[in-house]
Amino acid sequence: MKLAVVVFPGSNCDVDMYHAAADGIGADTSYVSHHCTDLSQYDGILLPGGFSYGDYLRCGAIARFSPVMDAVGEAIERGALVLGVCNGFQILLEAGLLPGAVYCNNSLKFHCSPVRLQVVNADTAFSSQYSEEESIVVPVAHGEGQYFCDADILDDLKKNNQIVFRYQDNPNGSLDNIAGIINRRGNVLGMMPHPERAVEGILGSTDGLPLFQSMLQDWRGSRHAAVE
Amino acid sequence: MYTVKVYVTLKPSVLDPQGQAVKDSLHYLDYTGVEDVRMGKYMELQLRASDRGEASKNVEAMCERLLANPVIEQYRYEITEATS
Repeated sequence: MKLAVVVFPGSNCDVDMYHAAADGIGADTSYVSHHCTDLSQYDGILLPGGFSYGDYLRCGAIARFSPVMDAVGEAIERGALVLGVCNGFQILLEAGLLPGAVYCNNSLKFHCSPVRLQVVNADTAFSSQYSEEESIVVPVAHGEGQYFCDADILDDLKKNNQIVFRYQDNPNGSLDNIAGIINRRGNVLGMMPHPERAVEGILGSTDGLPLFQSMLQDWRGSRHAAVE
Repeated sequence: MYTVKVYVTLKPSVLDPQGQAVKDSLHYLDYTGVEDVRMGKYMELQLRASDRGEASKNVEAMCERLLANPVIEQYRYEITEATS
């Protein structure tokens, strides 16, 4: 499986993401610049956390217009898996590739600690290796992670099982305890918590690893289907 | 040349934690008459446009596409002819 980690000016979780992909699941992983305009060789795109463009204007608002984002859009169109974590999630929201928005935590604090999540939907390309309702521990590290959307969007998210992860102890005031959502087609996941920081025991948790294993599993399945 | 003043604030339906904190501080200073505080962003643009209508159309598009996030924010703007 070929994965790309997109590096924006100000990304700072790109190395963690690379480690999770390359060493966690043994994927053929490359760093890709925000200037890159062709991602056609990759099976999955990883948008890492950080502070792209210094979080100027709004988190993700400037990165969303990077040249690479057109290529990310094309990758989504052809069905590649796209995972956005933290700032990567903010970029996907700003780009309109996922519905809603995040803004400053209701506590006004930068929240940096392990949090308990509930796997709400274990039937996605990013969560198949979890079990439904499973409780996992993954760190969060953000000042602007309060998820918000209007009532219609929230209804849609619920109706279509697009809420994949919920906080069990909401750290930021997110609407309906939403920690991670997926698009309708099921190939774009965005989440504020950092699964890439929970892929080996020495990090304190391995609960993030099944997310990457799910992506690998999905890719194997789709490749198998293509061969048949 | 036009000077454009853009004001972006959170929508009334969106909780404003910063505004709440500032309001609490004002109350602490005994300005108890403060009923509400909404925080926002102020941007000043120098904009070339053939007339006020074109300027307004451009600013509207800029706000929708970049300067504000319509999911959580509202905007208003003032356009004045720049005195060169």
